[in-house]
Amino acid sequence: MLKKYSATPYVIWSILFIVIPLILIVTYSLSTKNPINGQLVFSFSNYRKFLELKFINVLLKSVTLAFKATIICIILGYPMAMILSKMEAKLQKKLIVLFILPMWMNFLMRTYAWMVILGKNGFINKLLSMVGLNLNLLYTRGAVLLGMVYNFLPFMVLPIFTVLLKIDNNYIEAAEDLGADKLTVFRKIIFPLSMPGLISGITMVFMPAVSTFVISNLLGGGKEVLIGNLIEQQFLVLNNWNFGSALSVILMIFILVFMAFINKFDKDNDDKGGVGLW
Amino acid sequence: MVNKYIKRIYTIAIFLFLYAPIILLIIFSFNKSKSLSSWDGFSLKWYIELFNDKHIMKSLYYTLLCAVLSSIIATIIGTFAAFGIFNMKKIQRKIILNLNNLPLLNPDIVTGISLMLLFAFLSRYKLRLGFLTMLIAHITFNIPYVILSVLPKLKQMNKDIYLAAMDLGATPFYAFKKIVFPEILPGIITGMLIAFTMSVDDFVISYFTTGNGVSNLSITIYSMTRRGIKPTINALSTILFTVVLSLLLVVNKRSKSIKDLT
Repeated sequence: MLKKYSATPYVIWSILFIVIPLILIVTYSLSTKNPINGQLVFSFSNYRKFLELKFINVLLKSVTLAFKATIICIILGYPMAMILSKMEAKLQKKLIVLFILPMWMNFLMRTYAWMVILGKNGFINKLLSMVGLNLNLLYTRGAVLLGMVYNFLPFMVLPIFTVLLKIDNNYIEAAEDLGADKLTVFRKIIFPLSMPGLISGITMVFMPAVSTFVISNLLGGGKEVLIGNLIEQQFLVLNNWNFGSALSVILMIFILVFMAFINKFDKDNDDKGGVGLW
Repeated sequence: MVNKYIKRIYTIAIFLFLYAPIILLIIFSFNKSKSLSSWDGFSLKWYIELFNDKHIMKSLYYTLLCAVLSSIIATIIGTFAAFGIFNMKKIQRKIILNLNNLPLLNPDIVTGISLMLLFAFLSRYKLRLGFLTMLIAHITFNIPYVILSVLPKLKQMNKDIYLAAMDLGATPFYAFKKIVFPEILPGIITGMLIAFTMSVDDFVISYFTTGNGVSNLSITIYSMTRRGIKPTINALSTILFTVVLSLLLVVNKRSKSIKDLT
């Protein structure tokens, strides 16, 4: 009895609060409100509206920005993960805790901290004023990019680190015995074996970056409209839930396609089930 | 040798990048003046102002209440679910685990909006956006973390002990209580702590599922930052940072290896 039914409350909960809400989003996205009686009528018009150039451009801009953030995170994060994985155990443990710590701090606080630093009278401008400069750093696209990299860098480093730690040293030694130089060992052994970690890192950076509306609102000052901002506006300002739902479905499909594409590079990820943070 | 120095400098640079903003926030929470770039002397006035701010204190109350309730409820549902999933047939298990991954793979904004649509739909039946809806949302996104931390412990467990207990006449519930539960307890506690911190940290999903004047700390900070920069937020960050630091130390003491943590 216990064996059989102990998952039942969870299954019911998931259907109520995961499956049905998703069905609702799809339903809303495929309908419009009749202006006379407020009834929902089936229509593709929300998706047709998305095909207008300005909305497509918003999606393209979000994707480009998230892509840039992901690349920067790989460039900064991969070497960091390698250095961490080769440290002696005691120091390594301490540094990993230190590395996770900022991640556990409230996400808005971390973003707010950059508002303070980049602001007109902020720390960086204070330093620059000594040499007579004053730059507009906050409320720019660069600030949004910085916010993404800052917030999501640990998500890139940790999965790569975990995978690197598991690599059997014998492979590396064997390759070296057979005359491979350092670069070849990295190219032929370390990098291919770290692929699963790199891929979860990419998903864990790209996904929150492409769907964010907080970073673009706070560090972009409302000037940088991303797909997340567009969805938020439709729901909380413009009250067009149907179009907002259509945008959410498009974002969801985009992310699913992206994940299917990126998982192709990872040959054996059957038992991981996608997410690998915990 | 040179290589070693480059590595050291790189590590320091990355950690500086991660910590500089937080350290600046903390330092200037003790600043006498409102300025966040020039130091005008030590003072605790922003902390006093913080504790006198009714709105912030109320959202702190809601944050903690929501985190405690949602992590406890999610832990109960999630632990039993993990036990059930563990005993399922392979195909069934695969379907449920995919369902479990859904909230983790979906962007927060989509999860938040989908729940908002559901609650709006249910408002016909007198369900109003507020604390209850936010709590339901938090339980929903917390359950997967509990399942994912309990399931590995079940897999590590020696199944024969459970069967032996049953052979010796224990009821399934008694065997669960005496054999399975102590064995998976570390996983349960880790899951609950993760759920708790996830709940405290959440902004996006709460933002869309709350209403009626109920807001958690994240939402309050968000609306404060949109109105401009204020040192009370720094004071609040400092306190939260200290709390998180102590929580993480507890978790770290619990987990024997780094692998448990990452």
